[in-house]
Amino acid sequence: MKRRVTFRDCFSPRGLVKDYFDAMQTALRCQQGSVLVKIGALKESFEGEARVAITPSSAAHLRKLGHEVFVEAGAGTRAGFTDAAYQAAGITVEPTAGALINDVDVVVKVRPPSDAEIKAMRRGQTLISHFYPAQNAELLEAAREQGITAIAMDMVPRISRAQKMDALSSMANIAGYRAVIEAANNFGRFFTGQVTAAGKVPPAKVLVVGAGVAGLAAIGAATSLGAQVYAFDVRPEVAEQIESMGAQFVYLDFAETQTDGAATGGYAAPSSPEFREKQLEKFRELAPEMDIVITTALIPGRDAPKLWTKDMVAAMKPGSVIVDLAAERGGNCELTVPDERFVTENGVIIIGYTDFPSRMATQASELYGNNVRHMLADLTPGKDGVLVQNMEDDVIRGATVTNDGDVTWPPPPPKVAAIAAQKPKEKPKELTPEERRAQEVAAFKAQTRSQVTLLVAGAVLMLLVGSFAPASFLSHFIVFVLSCFVGFQVIWNVSHSLHTPLMAITNAISSIIIVGALLQIGSGSWLVVLLGAASVLMAGVNIFGGFLVTRRMLAMFQKS
Amino acid sequence: MEYGITTAAYVVAAVLFILSLGGLSGQESAKRAVWYGISAMALAVVATLFGPGAGNWLLSLVMLAIGGGIGWVVAKRVQMTEMPQLVAAMHSLVGLAAVLIGFNAQFELGRVIRARAADAAAEFHGFAAVLAHKTPAEIAMLKVEVALGIFIGAVTFTGSIVAFGKLAGKIDGKPKKLPGGHLLNAGAAALSLLAVILYCSVGAPVLWLLVITAAAFFIGYHLIMGIGGADMPVVVSMLNSYSGWAAAAIGFTLGNDLLIVVGALVGSSGAILSYIMCKAMNRNFVSVILGGFGGETGPAMEIEGEQIAIDAEGVAAALNDADEVIIVPGYGMAVAQAQQSVSELTRKLRARGKNVRFAIHPVAGRLPGHMNVLLAEAKVPYDIVMEMDEINDDFPSTDVAIVIGSNDIVNPAAQEDPNSPIAGMPVLEVWKAKQVFVSKRGQGTGYSGIENPLFYKENTRMFYGDAKKSIDALLPMIE
Repeated sequence: MKRRVTFRDCFSPRGLVKDYFDAMQTALRCQQGSVLVKIGALKESFEGEARVAITPSSAAHLRKLGHEVFVEAGAGTRAGFTDAAYQAAGITVEPTAGALINDVDVVVKVRPPSDAEIKAMRRGQTLISHFYPAQNAELLEAAREQGITAIAMDMVPRISRAQKMDALSSMANIAGYRAVIEAANNFGRFFTGQVTAAGKVPPAKVLVVGAGVAGLAAIGAATSLGAQVYAFDVRPEVAEQIESMGAQFVYLDFAETQTDGAATGGYAAPSSPEFREKQLEKFRELAPEMDIVITTALIPGRDAPKLWTKDMVAAMKPGSVIVDLAAERGGNCELTVPDERFVTENGVIIIGYTDFPSRMATQASELYGNNVRHMLADLTPGKDGVLVQNMEDDVIRGATVTNDGDVTWPPPPPKVAAIAAQKPKEKPKELTPEERRAQEVAAFKAQTRSQVTLLVAGAVLMLLVGSFAPASFLSHFIVFVLSCFVGFQVIWNVSHSLHTPLMAITNAISSIIIVGALLQIGSGSWLVVLLGAASVLMAGVNIFGGFLVTRRMLAMFQKS
Repeated sequence: MEYGITTAAYVVAAVLFILSLGGLSGQESAKRAVWYGISAMALAVVATLFGPGAGNWLLSLVMLAIGGGIGWVVAKRVQMTEMPQLVAAMHSLVGLAAVLIGFNAQFELGRVIRARAADAAAEFHGFAAVLAHKTPAEIAMLKVEVALGIFIGAVTFTGSIVAFGKLAGKIDGKPKKLPGGHLLNAGAAALSLLAVILYCSVGAPVLWLLVITAAAFFIGYHLIMGIGGADMPVVVSMLNSYSGWAAAAIGFTLGNDLLIVVGALVGSSGAILSYIMCKAMNRNFVSVILGGFGGETGPAMEIEGEQIAIDAEGVAAALNDADEVIIVPGYGMAVAQAQQSVSELTRKLRARGKNVRFAIHPVAGRLPGHMNVLLAEAKVPYDIVMEMDEINDDFPSTDVAIVIGSNDIVNPAAQEDPNSPIAGMPVLEVWKAKQVFVSKRGQGTGYSGIENPLFYKENTRMFYGDAKKSIDALLPMIE
């Protein structure tokens, strides 16, 4: 399934038979001595879209891969990149869209292509952009008919390796941040609580519904502005992520086992009606307290679930703000008007903009540009400017929606599971005070029992020894047992890092055996004197060696 | 009167010894603790020399001076990485000294009994004088003590020599057993028990003592040969404990309380250390001592994926981006002598405002606390060197974890695979970090020969090569 534009391909009989035109084109290029792939970014034709798919900095990386980069005149103007900046980065600026499409092999865009743009493309060309194949069946068909290879940035599978090209995540991140900024702009108070000479300001309470990438970004932005943030998600496993961002997870008291988000590629799955009821009840309870509500709940391939009903809006305080990030898909709030800022009768502001990433076009273009260039890097494994449409690769296969005159969407499930399935977490059981007390008593009893048993056994042993051993032995034995006890008590306190010095010092100390040798060396027997002298020698090595080494080691331990 | 002063000096020495061990609870107080130990030892030696029973002053002092000189030179020259073998070698000296002193006690006893038979009113000096006052029951007890002291001392001696050989790389680190395995050990133990009984009851005492010694030598050798290199921390601390018990047994023989006290202190300290090590490996003490890993309960889990290599540039780029870095050193760092380079890397990263810490597993290296000493030698401040329990929860918030020459102590199979030989052993959860780099010489398995699924994880990259060279290659790229 590999399609590699190489010199050999120019003369491949299969290519000639199957696609005469395509082969002629390649052959033409080979004759010119150029196998470099040309990549060009179109100016976005969608009304109000300010982003651009290639920035001067991402172009520099593309050129390193061996590609030649083009851009339509004025494509980056609204994102803050002038044509002059592009030219300075070594990019050819084409006057019109038609000229650009004509000159390049790969067209990159942000929004899905318009019909006109598709029609302008030729067979064998590659298009990289958002595509939403599930919603755009006609567009898909048009792309197939045109014979282009369409790579959908929104279809990049969610596996770790592909994170660098996950445009949905990078755009959601921006949307989440921008949602907080829009809310703050429309909210008449501080986010952070303050006690000033002019009076006390309570902190704003923010509720984030849906803790995907956008939700987490919103939580992060809102907490860093100083608000008190609460967050809700149907996937219980994200509670940890929510809390790590500094928000409080809103727990639902619901027994039904939730589908693990890992099974659906990390996205939320539709929930049961009972669960939904419980969830709405919780929201109704929270609505009067919340100053700002940011909803980001989306389920792949469906309309946005209605989670913030009219009565909840009615219960909110005047001046409160709702930012509905799901507005494009109908909105999570029942009163959302897509693309508009709408004020309800009770003074609640509902923001239904659908172009949050475009409102931060510079940042969004930088990130999207990087996503695109990572995708192209994967498509150019040799870094030699040669494009390889490797359909065995999970990421490329997943993102390619049409190829070679075929619709290749939906893709087969990826070989690598996106996220490892979570093991069911065992919740530590909450104990009632009585149970805890009972447990403590039981533990205490068990401890007492084992200690008493040990003591009794020890005492019996002692009695046995005492009845046979001579008295002089017993007086030493007491010393011995007590020393063992002292040793046990003392050594437990030695810190882990000092175990090696401890070994060295106990080693030095164990040469106390020299005392024994010294006692014997005064003997009348020459053999005893000889052996005693040898013992003194060995113990001497140990004493000096052991203590010196210990001192050397301890002297090295320093505080920073 | 002399007696009184000696005993008083012994009391002071014993207290000082206890303080010296207790002082090791903190890095600062430890520096004082050494001096307690040194003065206690000096006090004990001087008090004994001036006390009753000692003679041959000049010889004692000459031998002490020679021995001290040797010890001084060795201690000055030894590399910090050679610390484990040095400690093991020193244990063997204590063991041998205990054996010799035990024999001496028997020689003196024989001499006293012979002299008494010849002349009931014979006068004795020193230790012999003490023996001459003993009743028959006390002499029987004494014989048991002598036999015990010699037995433990002999096991310590050969065991320590084998441990030294293994740690110094002079003997192959793999567990080896003679045909017959533990039956041979049991046979030797039974033989020595028989010899003890014969020694106490029938004649020819020196012969039986020699039999005990020979059997104990064999046990010490065979027991330690059967234990793998990875279990050496337990072995060394166990031998440490034995040398203490040997000293205590000799103390009973000689009726010297100071020997008993210090012997018991050392013995119990070694025993606790062994226990801590075993607990850190989630192994039974008995199974460590008897060598090899316990029986496997089933096939090990299949490992999927592949090991992905990375070059120094990749590691440096990740380090430059990271804020939280944790370094997990192991025996491989000691082998490659990479601690200085690691310290330099740490210094550079910390100068860039990154939070760099070290995670030390209790059984990392070949000696308890081995890594701490190496890092201290390389001037890594000890307050960024953490124990496993202190740091294990911090891995999820860590950007980069670097594993340098350790394997089993970071093996996720201990938690994930109930059939793994190391199942249940507490390990450092490095795989929870965002990125893991493993510096390793090649694709081999660890000391225990167990596959490590960590190397196949998606966030793990293998940084092959000698640890020192790898880290040195990184240094200029940190910016």
